Amino acid sequence: MKRPAVIYDEKAQRMADAMIAAEARHMARRKAELEDCDCKKGMFATAGVTDRRKFLFAAGSSLAGVAGAASLAQAQDKAPPGAIHFNVPDDPTKEQGRAVNADGGYGSRSQFETEVRWRFPTANENTSWSMTPLDKMLGNLTASGLHFERHHGGIPTIDPAKHSMIVHGMVNTAKRFSMTDIKRFPSVTRKYFIECSGNGLTEWNKPTLKTVQGTHGLLSTSEWTGVQFAIIAREVGLKEGGQWVLAEGADAAVMTRSIPMEKMLKDALIVYGQNGEALRPEQGYPLRLLLPGYEGNTHIKWLRRLEVSDKPFMTREETSKYTDLLANGKARQFSMEMEAKSVITFPSGDMKLPGSGFYNITGLAWTGRGRVQSVDVSVDGGKTWNPAHIDTGPENICTVRFSSPWMWDGKPAVLQSRCTDETGYVQPTLQQLIAIRGSNGPFGSIYHLNAIQSWAVNEAGEVANVHG
Amino acid sequence: MSTGDKILGVLLASVAVSGAAFAQTMPVKYGFGSPVTEQELSKYFSIPVDGRGLPSGSGNATAGAKLYAENCAACHGEKLEGNPAKGIGGDKLIGGRGSLATKTPVKTVESYWPYATTLFDYVKRAMPFNSPGTLKDDETYAVVAYILSQAKIIQPTETMDARTLPKVAMPNRDGFEPDPRPELELYR
Repeated sequence: MKRPAVIYDEKAQRMADAMIAAEARHMARRKAELEDCDCKKGMFATAGVTDRRKFLFAAGSSLAGVAGAASLAQAQDKAPPGAIHFNVPDDPTKEQGRAVNADGGYGSRSQFETEVRWRFPTANENTSWSMTPLDKMLGNLTASGLHFERHHGGIPTIDPAKHSMIVHGMVNTAKRFSMTDIKRFPSVTRKYFIECSGNGLTEWNKPTLKTVQGTHGLLSTSEWTGVQFAIIAREVGLKEGGQWVLAEGADAAVMTRSIPMEKMLKDALIVYGQNGEALRPEQGYPLRLLLPGYEGNTHIKWLRRLEVSDKPFMTREETSKYTDLLANGKARQFSMEMEAKSVITFPSGDMKLPGSGFYNITGLAWTGRGRVQSVDVSVDGGKTWNPAHIDTGPENICTVRFSSPWMWDGKPAVLQSRCTDETGYVQPTLQQLIAIRGSNGPFGSIYHLNAIQSWAVNEAGEVANVHG
Repeated sequence: MSTGDKILGVLLASVAVSGAAFAQTMPVKYGFGSPVTEQELSKYFSIPVDGRGLPSGSGNATAGAKLYAENCAACHGEKLEGNPAKGIGGDKLIGGRGSLATKTPVKTVESYWPYATTLFDYVKRAMPFNSPGTLKDDETYAVVAYILSQAKIIQPTETMDARTLPKVAMPNRDGFEPDPRPELELYR
């Protein structure tokens, strides 16, 4: 592999190599699943098609697929994560299906659905992250079990009966709110995306990861339910001069970030619900902070404490970690907002188009500054742009699904999408961002990469991550 | 009192009750939550740059060297050089001064961290990795003193405590600037 002249130092190169290897393992698994599959010539030539040999080995069994509780654990070993293996009858119309509630009362996904998050291969497994398979996501919301993760000290197991949130500092009355207290307040339910500021950090200097899961998978969208901070604020009474709020998690990192009071009173939520049920443990069960449009790490999970202060606390995360080191040696601090961005998820890296003809290009667009106003799509590397369809109603600080019909003539093409948000901000090119922030390697300005993504389609229909 | 009067009385009472209930159905304050005592709050900490909330106690690099070897070196290296090994991945803690504006910036406590109070807060909060929050305050001050001393930011003889720690001048104290985004260059 040809390496750029100056970009990675030794440690960064090790990490980049490990990352590439991890993605390659994930892709190899998916390729292996595909061998001898009659769907080989499909559009998702190398992407997650269920291995029918692996999961359907018992096809044709005369047993009805009712799994008793005792066999469930064993059956789960044969099924993909989140699924339960059941025998597949030759003709499902000729025998009764599973008994109602045979799943114990909580459903699982089909045993034929195999998509999973994959972990970014940081040396340490507790302080690491995993990526959402955006290429396989349908519609706009992210399945809760596929929501990307970023943890700084593993995933704690917390009994909600013992969990509470303390609010103190520059308030009239410091208070402790139990989960029961919090759920008694009026709630709101809103759809928001969360994106890690490190989304795409491998892609500054050269196209590094092959799939959209690797390049953009630190983005997920959910419907969140919780209490506005404004309500909590009135319960404790804010004192004059309270300009910042420290949020603290109950994980092993006891993760802390300082949030401007202006933001807290604008739209911060204390959430306990995600997509109609309680938060997933990986998403902060039983309670997390939700800061619409802010970088993911500020949405403190396993939230246990809010401290009102006149100044930011300058925690480790907001000084040494989530700051943007520029080429001139200065670093941007409190770079909170996630700016307008979009990506084509089909066709995207590591897919293969079976031949010329019609394709429905589709992808996601989002902005931390309000609603997506429009999305343009280019099939000629940005020379010409056409407006895309917005397939979902634009909502405040929520992704939209867009699409654009394309008649592929079989010649090489470079596909791009470009988001314009309601402020009129236009998603920039990578060259524009590098011209402003510099490119001093993976330990420089790695965060907040919101550049236009390019996917090159060659004459064979193979799709690859390229820099446009 | 006639039966009619009684019924009227009941009706009037119920109107009064429901009227009162209705007036209370749209509060802006709910009265949920329970008061927290100072003693309960004393379990929590977050140390801002002025050192407010720093605990009593103290430590120096000599004591810190021993504690570092026992609690920190496995992940952060005998010479604070970091340890990228699988399953560990501890950050490099010293070195890198003058590298921030180069093509290979090295971000460490020495080269990048703007405040010594942050180091104390973080060590007390989340370190050692395998048993977070178990160092005593004297031990935390000592480990912090050792790291700062190895980084040549303080003298090996200096004692770190609630008074001295906030005064430590970190090399990259002025290395940060506010977020300017949206970047004006994108509107040209």
